[in-house]
Amino acid sequence: MKYQYISDFFIALAYFSIPLELIYFVKKSAVFPYRWVLVQFGAFIVLCGATHLINLWTFTMHSRTVAMVMTTAKVFTAAVSCITALMLVHIIPDLLSVKTRELFLKNKAAELDREMGLIRTQEETGRHVRMLTHEIRSTLDRHTILKTTLVELGRTLALEECALWMPTRTGLELQLSYTLRQQNPVGYTVPIHHPMINQVFSSSHAIKISPNCPVARIRPAGKYMPGEVVAVRVPLLHLSNFQINDWPELSTKRYALMVLMLPSDSARQWHVHELELVEVVADQVAVALSHAAILEESMRARDLLMEQNVALDLARREAETAIRARNDFLAVMNHEMRTPMHAIIALSSLLQETELTPEQRLMVETILKSSNLLATLINDVLDLSRLEDGSLQLDLGTFNLYALFREVLNLIKPIASVKKLHVSLNLAPDLPEYAVGDEKRLMQTILNVVGNAVKFSKDGSILISAFVAKAELLRDPRTPEFFPVPGDNHFYLRVQVKDSGIGVSSQDIPKLFTKFAQIQSTAIRNSGGSGLGLAICKRFVNLMEGHIWIESEGLGKGCTAIFMVKLGIPERLNDSKLALMPKVPPNHGPTAFPGLKVLVMDENGVSRMVTKGLLVHLGCDVTMVSSSEECLRVVSHEHKVVFMDVCVPGMDGYEIAIRIQEKFTKRHERPIIVALTGNTDKATKEKFMRVGMDGLILKPVSLDKMRSVLSDLLEHRVLFEAI
Amino acid sequence: MDVVNQLQRQFLDYSASLHREGFLDDQFTQLQKLQDENSPDFVVEVASLFFEDCEKLINNMARALEQQQGVDFKQVDASVHQLKGSSSSIGAMRVKNVCIAFRSFCEAQNREGCLRCLQQVTQEYSLLKNKLQTLFRLEQQILAAGGSVPTIE
Repeated sequence: MKYQYISDFFIALAYFSIPLELIYFVKKSAVFPYRWVLVQFGAFIVLCGATHLINLWTFTMHSRTVAMVMTTAKVFTAAVSCITALMLVHIIPDLLSVKTRELFLKNKAAELDREMGLIRTQEETGRHVRMLTHEIRSTLDRHTILKTTLVELGRTLALEECALWMPTRTGLELQLSYTLRQQNPVGYTVPIHHPMINQVFSSSHAIKISPNCPVARIRPAGKYMPGEVVAVRVPLLHLSNFQINDWPELSTKRYALMVLMLPSDSARQWHVHELELVEVVADQVAVALSHAAILEESMRARDLLMEQNVALDLARREAETAIRARNDFLAVMNHEMRTPMHAIIALSSLLQETELTPEQRLMVETILKSSNLLATLINDVLDLSRLEDGSLQLDLGTFNLYALFREVLNLIKPIASVKKLHVSLNLAPDLPEYAVGDEKRLMQTILNVVGNAVKFSKDGSILISAFVAKAELLRDPRTPEFFPVPGDNHFYLRVQVKDSGIGVSSQDIPKLFTKFAQIQSTAIRNSGGSGLGLAICKRFVNLMEGHIWIESEGLGKGCTAIFMVKLGIPERLNDSKLALMPKVPPNHGPTAFPGLKVLVMDENGVSRMVTKGLLVHLGCDVTMVSSSEECLRVVSHEHKVVFMDVCVPGMDGYEIAIRIQEKFTKRHERPIIVALTGNTDKATKEKFMRVGMDGLILKPVSLDKMRSVLSDLLEHRVLFEAI
Repeated sequence: MDVVNQLQRQFLDYSASLHREGFLDDQFTQLQKLQDENSPDFVVEVASLFFEDCEKLINNMARALEQQQGVDFKQVDASVHQLKGSSSSIGAMRVKNVCIAFRSFCEAQNREGCLRCLQQVTQEYSLLKNKLQTLFRLEQQILAAGGSVPTIE
């Protein structure tokens, strides 16, 4: 009984203290969410304790009150217990789930921690890569690049050894080029076709290789447990004479091998991120190396160009010196050679005129002939050099074509008749009488060609024909690059010289126009000449925008020399002017203007008569009119000049001038209008200019003045003023 | 040939005096140069023409200036201009000079001045006519004597 008593008492104590503890601890922790439950629980426990306490009194006889209290207590306890029980049904799953969540969160935290670790490592790797790349790319020198790579990699990854194997020139072996620790690579080589090496080369990843691989055996082996080894390929760009359009294909890339070894005995393993770092670095190194290679190549190319430049410059300067020397030589020779030649020729000709014995005459003739030949030779050579220089320019002028050909004929006839050759000239009827060109050189060309014809013909005839080349015939199939285009103010003169001499064989034809080349045959060698003639002709013809060639059917069958040159067509006025006015010196006799039809208009009989007298004295055919109407009526295109007296007041000479101009629409039909006036103030002069008068003469007119005025007018077609 | 020489010398002296006294100027020399075998009487012809012209013009001017009611100065001026032209063409220097003065009077419309000039012109013209006729007579004499008329430099 006592023990029940004590036990109950302790139970009650316990029951009372538990809630106290609960309350105390809950108060301490502010987070516990289920306060209400706790209160309930506390109540439940308190009541239970109370029950037990009250139990103490029920062991003995107890009064009704105690029994009442007990009952109440028990009822309350029961109620609260039931409620609590019910509550707990709801709460306990919650509490349990809290626990689950806690576990979940812990797991999550662990995972995040791991990931953080990973990210940090990656970030560090990235930083290393950037730093490495920066180091690698900060230089374009190949050695520095590689050295830096190895050093940095070694540092970042804490490697024991890092080595780079480069392929040899032959491409069959890998040679140890750079190492990290060993300062002097021995030049150790390894054949390139090792299966492990192939494996590494065929993949772009860093691959773990066995430490027993020949490339990995470079460190002092032996005592230690070798650390893991990784190898990665580094693509190399191999350029020589690089062409921009010619990049080497990927398949022909050569590779170098980078081998990285972890420290032995460290039980470290290659982590994935470290491998990635190695791969990235290898790529960067490849890029940097290719840049270095390109730079080297371009430097080499530049050096080569500079050398070439220097050489070219030297050559140019030498050529310039040579040209200058030649020009100086020519300039000197030109004068120095010709002067004595002229002296010799002149004096020999003079000597010829004196009394000589036959032998002496023969000797003098030979001297003359030889010196003439020599003079021609000198001229030819000098001419040719000038032609080559490009410094020769044509002297263009108007000349009479017919006269030119006649003169050629006259010059060649004596020689031809000596050789009993018959020369005939055939000029086409449509050949213009006058042409614009270099008369002297055209004559030289024709003479040369005809001379050749005469020289190389022993007998027979020579036919010279000249005509205007028609458009269809201008295109010569032999010379496709020569297409002359006839135009309005020029025409192409075609001259053919056909001879019946020894002819030329077809293989010699191209050589004909080369300098100093002569056809090797005795007949020709005997006839002298320098071989320059045709070359010079060709140059002249080319200058005249033409073409020259020789046709021959073979040896003994004669040959025809044909050339075409471009000549200008002179203006028609020049024609008529030239016909009217053969060149006479100005102070010639009275009939300086034969038959020149002029019209004199003057109201004043006396001055009219005086002017007429002047003009008649100069040989003109004068028509006189005394009024403007008469002037307009009489004036015709036959009158070349109209002299108009305009100092009569009240009569407007200007108007007549205008009317005359209107009467003749074509300018070259219109007569030249000259005003004769007594005053030449500026206003009058300007008026004349405006009206379109061609000239102005101040009265009184002297004979000489009239003569010079007329010659000026006819030459220039305008005179502005003769005082 | 002494006669010819004498006549020639006479001709030259007379010519020189005419030039000296201003009756003739260089233009006349030019005219003489124009005389050649084709036109042997060129100077005489021109001189005759000149005299005819002169007389006609002088008569015109006299008539115009006599008009009591309003002198047509324009007409006078035209005539004077013509006369000036003719005289300068032939080389009659004194006549030309008078014409120049005459023209200024015409422009000023000064009748008195014009009349005075007209008188002067008439006088000069008569003088020149006589002188030239003498000169031509000398020329004829030389030619008749078989000589040639010397050219004046």
